Amino acid sequence: MADTEKSAKEATPSRLVHLKIRRQDAADKPDSKRWEEFKVPYLPNMNVISALQQVQKFPKTTDGKEVAPVCWEAVCLEEVCGACSMVINGRVRQACSALVDQLAPNGEPITIEPMSKFPVVRDLVVDRARMFNDLKRVKAWIDLDGTHELGPGPRESQEQQQERYPLSRCMTCGCCLEACPQVNDSSNFIGPAAINQVRLFNMHPSGAMHKNQRLDALMAEGGVADCGKAQNCVEVCPKEIPLVDSISVVARDTTKRLLFGWLLK
Amino acid sequence: MAAKSTIYSEGGKVRRVVVVGGGLAGLMTVIKLCEAKVPVDLLSLVPVKRSHSVCAQGGINASVNTKGEGDSPQVHLEETAYGGDFLADQPPIKGMAEAAPGIVFMLDRMGVPFNRTPEGLLDFRRFGGTLFHRTAFAGATTGQQLLYALDEQVRRFETMDVTDEHGVAIPGEKLVRKFEFWDFLSAVLDDSGTCVGCVAQDMKTMQIKSFPADAVVLATGGNGIIFGRATLSVICTGTAAASVYQQGACYANGEFIQVHPTAIPGADKLRLISESARGEGGRVWVPKDKKDARHPREIPEKDRDYFLERMYPGYGNLVPRDIASRAIFKTCFHEGRGILNSKTGKNENEVYLDLTHKDESFLRSKLAGILEIYEKFAGTDPYKNPMKVFPAVHYSMGGLWVDYEKDARGSLKTGSPRNHSTNIAGLYAVGESDFAYHGANRLGANSLLSCIYGGMATGPSVATYRKNLEKSALDLPRSIFEKAEKREQEKYEGILKMNQDKSNTENPYRLHQELGDTMLRDCTIERDNKTLDKVLEKITELDERAKNIKCPDDSPRTNQGAQFTRHFQNMLVLARVVAQGARNRDESRGAHYKPAFEKRNDADWMRTTLAMHKGVGKVEYVRQLSYTIGGKSIERTDAVDVSLVAPRERKYEQAGAASAAATGKLPDNKTQDAQKA
Ligand SMILES: Cc1cc2nc3c(=O)[nH]c(=O)nc-3n(C[C@H](O)[C@H](O)[C@H](O)COP(=O)(O)OP(=O)(O)OC[C@H]3O[C@@H](n4cnc5c(N)ncnc54)[C@H](O)[C@@H]3O)c2cc1C
Ligand code: SF4
Ligand code: SF4
Ligand code: FES
Repeated sequence: MADTEKSAKEATPSRLVHLKIRRQDAADKPDSKRWEEFKVPYLPNMNVISALQQVQKFPKTTDGKEVAPVCWEAVCLEEVCGACSMVINGRVRQACSALVDQLAPNGEPITIEPMSKFPVVRDLVVDRARMFNDLKRVKAWIDLDGTHELGPGPRESQEQQQERYPLSRCMTCGCCLEACPQVNDSSNFIGPAAINQVRLFNMHPSGAMHKNQRLDALMAEGGVADCGKAQNCVEVCPKEIPLVDSISVVARDTTKRLLFGWLLK
Repeated sequence: MAAKSTIYSEGGKVRRVVVVGGGLAGLMTVIKLCEAKVPVDLLSLVPVKRSHSVCAQGGINASVNTKGEGDSPQVHLEETAYGGDFLADQPPIKGMAEAAPGIVFMLDRMGVPFNRTPEGLLDFRRFGGTLFHRTAFAGATTGQQLLYALDEQVRRFETMDVTDEHGVAIPGEKLVRKFEFWDFLSAVLDDSGTCVGCVAQDMKTMQIKSFPADAVVLATGGNGIIFGRATLSVICTGTAAASVYQQGACYANGEFIQVHPTAIPGADKLRLISESARGEGGRVWVPKDKKDARHPREIPEKDRDYFLERMYPGYGNLVPRDIASRAIFKTCFHEGRGILNSKTGKNENEVYLDLTHKDESFLRSKLAGILEIYEKFAGTDPYKNPMKVFPAVHYSMGGLWVDYEKDARGSLKTGSPRNHSTNIAGLYAVGESDFAYHGANRLGANSLLSCIYGGMATGPSVATYRKNLEKSALDLPRSIFEKAEKREQEKYEGILKMNQDKSNTENPYRLHQELGDTMLRDCTIERDNKTLDKVLEKITELDERAKNIKCPDDSPRTNQGAQFTRHFQNMLVLARVVAQGARNRDESRGAHYKPAFEKRNDADWMRTTLAMHKGVGKVEYVRQLSYTIGGKSIERTDAVDVSLVAPRERKYEQAGAASAAATGKLPDNKTQDAQKA
């Protein structure tokens, strides 16, 4: 089991990884915003998280200053929890799957910044509470009668399962909001992740029974109509969720509902 | 005599229960409590949607028997008891196995995108320790999908109002209030030692606050991070369990740590390749000639040693994890037959896990999630090349001791306040943080099940306990809570101030690496008493050096350094429980293996290890426990309840050995796959 330590020792000790990190001490201390640089020993197959872990062990900047270790969020380290989104070399992505060999094959500095569309908490930690609140707004759940035994759920074809499953892998990481030009200080656009959830739940036979409530939430201000179809979101989604398709499907359904609503009046 | 109202305290406040942890176990407990109209405060280190349960890959067991194989809850019970090497009390297993089909159906109704058969029914795959197709799955990210389903239901309860006895909504009071980014620090105990709430810290503002509660449920998950690196998430330090253990909660079977046979070695994490890879036909092998330098694809069948199939023809690649891990360890470590590294000329500690004989579209629909992980982190295409894997720490069978009450059928008595109660009344434990269900070795895909079943048992249990309470925690003198807050505040400030002006101090992250390296090397697959003595010495040394830690961060906000220091102190405590328990147990059973004591010894050791904290560096192992709940005094011993499945020797060489009721016939994998393709 001592395997990786061994290979770590075998690695050339001279190889260092150069990190340039955007820091800020607290939400209410914008003046503390600054860059700090670190050089940490390289390990085989290293990702940005293991580089940050090295900083925890030796929290000293390149100019020899002892500082507090950088703060960041991470849980799973295998790109499934969504915690570790950051802007790395200018691109928003998961730090745990960002491999040093690919980012800086020749020891180039790696820049790491917090996402910009969410309030900074400290260093690379941001507050993504709005995303979880949006899931409430669009009622992203099945209205279950209860957890007592009521037999199996509705049957589902293999095709529909294969369509629903990828939509259901959204880990609320926020990359798509970070990349979306329509999500900004002067708009309250809900963003692609929540819209995709509406498509997911409206596809399910029981979920569809409350379809209109979800569509209504997206017809309000900041809803699906605000999407400018720039497609930046799809490009950054680490789970490769077909967000633009989801947006078109939901936009079509809201249009239908709008027309239908008019006809009924 | 019960209190006047179950909703309001005498002072007119809404009475609540605290659930700590929002993995599958915690969330299921919350849902059951909400259905019983009990308001909940849900505390979690991270947003619950990011809990470690999200990592589970392979699936969840339930004997739905849709493949006409003759599977049943009885067989599931027998195989779980047998796979656990007869260290688990059997009534809770019976309850779990019988509830399993209903649980999977409930998840199905919640919208979990389980894989389907052509007829639109739930599909099931094979997992270790059984010959049946018993595991329901959603691709290879089943844990994520189950966690999301429960998370969604809890979010729905977050939007619902608490109602009073007449069903009238109480304005401003939601059924669930979430406190995410809060770290549980300790339980609050009243003079009689009953748990009446907890103290926690907001990890953004660093505010320390008490939560008076009619009961506290810990659903805080596993402790793999005491081994440095594991397949577990970085937050799985076991800190909450360690904390209440130091307050008098009993910790049981700590030495039983599951080492999973197949993970990708890595510097920051040992990433799992789920057992489902083998369940779907993956085969483990090494070249017959240890100096064979050919690319694995060029090595023909006849030159490969499929050692698991050779050693265990009955279950082959799907023997239980303890057995597979030991076989891989033996092959690499003792026989030096791990995969040859042609650059260094050395045999590495790695074996092949091969899926390349399977059709790519079949693999994509069933295993894409894990194969993606391999591709991303190991950098080679597992559809075309055999994967390189080695065992890694994966799961803790041990955990906080919890009670249960048996019904006339020998199953769990629903709604008994004893179910999942620790030996501190009012404090409950559930999920990976408890010790029940899995004995000395957990079968694959039984954990997600035990978490959800545990939650289904704990919710009603807590509701009953609360109903019988004479007084709400809110009606106790405020001073109890103030004292607890003050104690924790002082401890926290102690960490911040510790050694700030000294030189030659220790860094907590580096000390943690030392602990992890020792535990991983000397306290996992093979254990030896002399080495374990050294492990214990090392822990004592680290206890000393930990006093010299200088908190690397003095910030008043989001102080992760101080938090880690606290978690590390707690990890040291649990590490000792694990290592000392291993030192004491002179036999081999399930995941605990001592070559010097090769056999299981039921006469002396078919008993639960019960550890009690007796001050820094001291563990007392007891044979009896007693506690008082609802005015009743309960006496329990370390005897294992084996009333349902008679103990016998484990023999996976032989097909069907794990259950008397099993068919003994290996399903023909080829025809199965052909049907599905
Ligand atoms: C990679 C991997 C794959 C797996 N695959 C499978 C599988 O296919 N099938 C299967 O059955 N099992 C599997 N398991 C095992 C299973 O995933 C876990 O045992 C199970 O998810 C544990 O759930 P839990 O609810 O007990 O805890 P967790 O999901 O770990 O949740 C713990 C919760 O407690 C909170 N918490 C912890 N400490 C504190 C604190 N101090 N203060 C506040 N909150 C705290 C956390 O924030 C979290 O919300 C797998 C495990 C791993 C590591
Ligand atoms: S397609 Fe819409 S949601 Fe996606 S980035 Fe563009 S504007 Fe944003
Ligand atoms: S849709 Fe993709 S990018 Fe957006 S939050 Fe979900 S997983 Fe992240
Ligand atoms: S740590 Fe979970 S996605 Fe990176």
